[in-house]
Parts: sequence; structure tokens; C-alpha cells
Amino acid sequence: MNAVVVEIKGVVKRYGATPVVDGIGFSCGEGEMVGLAGHNGAGKSTLFKMMLGIIAADAGDILLFGEPVRGRRFREVRRAIGYLPEHVALYDNLSGLETLRFFARLKSADPAGCKDLLERVGLAGAMHRAVREYSKGMRQRLGFAQALLGEPRLLLLDEPTNGLDPEAIHDFYDQLQQLKNAGTTILLSSHLLAEIQSRVDRLVIMASGKLVATGTVAALAAASGLPAGLALTPREGARERVKGALLAAGLVPLDAPDGTVHAIVAKPHRMTLLRVLAGLSGDLQEYTLTEPTLEDVFLHHQRGTTWVERAA
Amino acid sequence: MRPASHWQWRLVAAIAAKEWRDRLRNRWVLAVAVVFGAFALLIAYFGGAQSGVLGLRSAAVTVASLTSLAIYLVPLIALLLGFDAVVGERERGVLDLLLSQPITRAELLLGKYLGLAAALAMATLVGFGAALVPLAPSMDLTALAIYLRFVGSALMLGLAFLSLAVLVSTVARDRTRATGAAIALWFGFVLVFDLSLLGVLVATAGSHASTWAPYVLLLNPADVFRAINVFGADALRSSFGLGTLTAQGWNAAATLYGVLLAWIVAPLGAALWRFR
Repeated sequence: MNAVVVEIKGVVKRYGATPVVDGIGFSCGEGEMVGLAGHNGAGKSTLFKMMLGIIAADAGDILLFGEPVRGRRFREVRRAIGYLPEHVALYDNLSGLETLRFFARLKSADPAGCKDLLERVGLAGAMHRAVREYSKGMRQRLGFAQALLGEPRLLLLDEPTNGLDPEAIHDFYDQLQQLKNAGTTILLSSHLLAEIQSRVDRLVIMASGKLVATGTVAALAAASGLPAGLALTPREGARERVKGALLAAGLVPLDAPDGTVHAIVAKPHRMTLLRVLAGLSGDLQEYTLTEPTLEDVFLHHQRGTTWVERAA
Repeated sequence: MRPASHWQWRLVAAIAAKEWRDRLRNRWVLAVAVVFGAFALLIAYFGGAQSGVLGLRSAAVTVASLTSLAIYLVPLIALLLGFDAVVGERERGVLDLLLSQPITRAELLLGKYLGLAAALAMATLVGFGAALVPLAPSMDLTALAIYLRFVGSALMLGLAFLSLAVLVSTVARDRTRATGAAIALWFGFVLVFDLSLLGVLVATAGSHASTWAPYVLLLNPADVFRAINVFGADALRSSFGLGTLTAQGWNAAATLYGVLLAWIVAPLGAALWRFR
């Protein structure tokens, strides 16, 4: 495995008696792109702020590049990090270029690179305009350019596609991919699991401050083991034959109000299903198989317990 | 090699430069300078109008009138300048981004203070300095010294209240509360404090007042400023009714300036401690 860039162990943050982050632990290797998914209020932003040392953890350890974030070498650590906060706010009275130059000074980055960065995020034409006149998406791009100052080796991006249109989101992930290929470690959060699940190497899923699941998308999907939903539209007079075939294959047919025949197909029955459908090809008008998304598995069914606990 | 966490003035300067440039650009410095300059000239020319005289009066009298005005105006302007230095950034959402940079909180706060202080200093010096141009020809060296002492101490008064404002800004939870606290500080130091002291003096018929009242005045930077400018002019002491409030020893200028300096340093120190 590559060098460990992010190492989080048993991190806890409480506001009053309520834990906002409750025993989170995971790690990211060099050049890895990790998605941090969870609903709003799951504790993602708090975790980012603790990783940056903006707020202190009540318990646990956070090591970035092997150094504690609030340790003596915090300047070197922070210089190697690019951070894009959620709801990025910048100075309205400064132009895009002035904004970048200001942060470049703070980061000891070469101010000569600011124009190139603005070009990279598609703001070259607006660099002399006041940020006041920027759209939400332009601000987000400027925030991203800010995060790229000083060629960081670790990017912490909190809901980075907020306010971007679909095309811009596509471009954004293209850029992330290039950065990743160049060895940058990327940790990005989203409340839309569906948006990031196909784009990251690994997912860390949080709910109510706790770690719900972590792993590659494929592993999570396999581990989730949720059944798919089958809906069959029988031809005229074939309804009973269809239901009989399903029963014979060990599936329980249900008549749906719209006239279709439904069945729940658990993992072990997936392959059997193929044979059943092949045998019924003359009796069917239409069939659909609905796969559960990871979002269904991990985020939509939080009812006080985590998915891992329910599965146990 | 120096450890990376060493204090870095370069970063303090970067923050200060931004605050300074912001105040220049939004014409804050210009506006305040114009206000200061205009008041200085108005008081110099028309300050005697109530006694039926127009035109320039002696520098001592002008400075005494200016002092009374500056006591209201300078703290107010300094408090307005500094009260949202931190809490405003927090509310706008920029603070997290600043704090994620390779900069310590102390460097950030000091940078903000110094940038704002430079803007305040510029406005004070330019404003009162410009007023000196028409006034200077009719001034002798003593008068000039009295006037310059006024400008210098007014600047220190402003820096003291800026320091208080920055402290408020680090303590207040939101901008509204910071505004309230800043206004309360202004009322407290500029109006309530002197009225209360006067009340106590009247109630106790001024008995033994000279043993404690002068020291109580040191607890208020505005009164220290007044003391510097009014006690300095011997002739005015009696006319301001302050003759009895002159204790032995402490009216020495050095003590007064020292106390004013402490009023600049202490709240800023508390703010730095609070913001860690």
C-alpha cells in the first residue's frame, strides 16, 4: 500500500453532551480519492475542521502525513493541505485574482501561479471582477482554485460540487482525477452518495457522527446484500403461468395494483432468475429489475441504528 | 533551521495589509479624516461663538474644546472600526478558511489589529494634520506642541478603544451582540463613568476626593486622555473644575501616557489570549 496520508483514530467531538462526531476512524493512502458520504448533519464538516486543526477533537488522534495537525509542525502540514469549506465565503470587495493572491501570501505559494490557477478553473475572464459579482458556481470555482494554491498533496473538499451545474460537476471530477493521477490524496464529502459513488476509490459513510460503513463501492454493494425488486408484466392469460414459474423457482409472487407481478429477488436467487425469465419469454410483455442504490442501503434507512447494526 | 511554528511577521503583515487596503478602498480612511479635519477647523474658528467671538483662539482653548469633542468621537469611531474584526469574519464564513491556512491565531488577530490601527492612525493624523495647515501660521511653538500632544493622545485613545473593540469581537458570539457590546462600552466609558463619578463626588460632598478620585479616573482611557490634554494646560485646570482632582505625582505626563499605553496593550492581550 502507498504511504498513509490521513490517519484518523477514534475521533470524538461533542457539543454539550451531544456527540457530533462519535468515534470515527479511517485512513487514506497517497493518491487515493476517498468519498465521505452522509446526510447533512452527519458530522462531515466537523470532521474536516478537526482535520485542519480549526477545532480540537475531544478524543482520538488525527495524523496527517504522520504529524498531529495541531503539533509543532502545523505550518508544514497545513501548507500541504488544500481546503474548500462548505458554503465557501470569500471577500466580496476583492477581485478573483486579489483573493487568490491574498491566500497565496498566507500559504507562501508563488503568487505568479494565481493566474494559471484561475484559468484552470475557468475564471480567467472574470479574474479582475469583484467577487461580489460572481455567481454561486463561480465562487465555488474560486474556492477550489484557492484550495489548489501551493500544489497541496492533500485536498479536503467539503461538498465541493455545491452550486455547480452538471457540466461543471463533470469538469470538476475530471480535474480531481488528474490531480489524483499526479499523486494528490483527495478526501471529498457529499450528501449525495449517488454523485460520488462512481467517482471515488473508496467510500466512508457517516450517519449521526458514527461510521456506518467503509470500503470500495463494489465491496459495499456486495456486503449490503439487499435484494433487488422484480416486476413482470404478463401477457394476456399468462398471469398464472408466470406466478407458477416464480413459485417453482422459490420466489414469492405478489399481484401489484398496476397489474404487474412483483417479487423480491435475494442475492442467491439472482442466477436462478435468469433461467426463470428465459422460460417465460413467451408469456411476458415486459420486465424490470430494480437494484437498490447504496444511498438506499446506507442513508435512507437510518432509524436510530446504523446499517451495520441492523444487519448483525 | 528555525522550527516551522516560529512567529512569522510576514503573515501578520499579509493580514494587516489586507485590512489596511480594505479601509483605504472603501474610503473609510478618507471619510474619517474629513470628519476629524472638519471638526478641528470648526472648533478652532467657531468654538468661541457662544461667547460672541469668531475666529482663531489660543491653541490651549482650541485643544480644550477639541478634547471634549474627541472624547465622544474618537472612541466611537474606533469601536465601529474594530467590533466585527473577528465576529464579522466568522459570520461571513471566511474565518474557517483563514484558520485553515498556515498561520497561528495570534498572527491572524495581531495582523487584523495592526491593519485597522494603521487605518485609524492614518485618518487621525491626516485629519487633524490637515487642520493644522490653516491653523499653524497663527501658532507659536508652544501652541504647536499643545496641538501635537492632542493629536498624539487622540491617536492613543483611538488605539485603546480599537483594542477594546477587537476584544469584544473575539468574545461576542455574533455580530449583533458585538454591536451591542461596543455601544455599551462607549456609553459606559464616555457617559456613564463620568456621571457616576460626579454623582459620588456630589453625594460625598467631595470629602477626601483627592485621595481616590484621581486614581479612579485612570480606570477610564477617555479620562486619561482628558487629563493629558487638560491638566497639561495649567491655566485651564481651574476652569474645568479639575483643580481638586490633581493628585500629587501621577499627573506627571509619563504616568498618563503609560496608563493609556496599558489601555492599548491589555485589551489586545486579553483578545489574543481569548482567541487562542
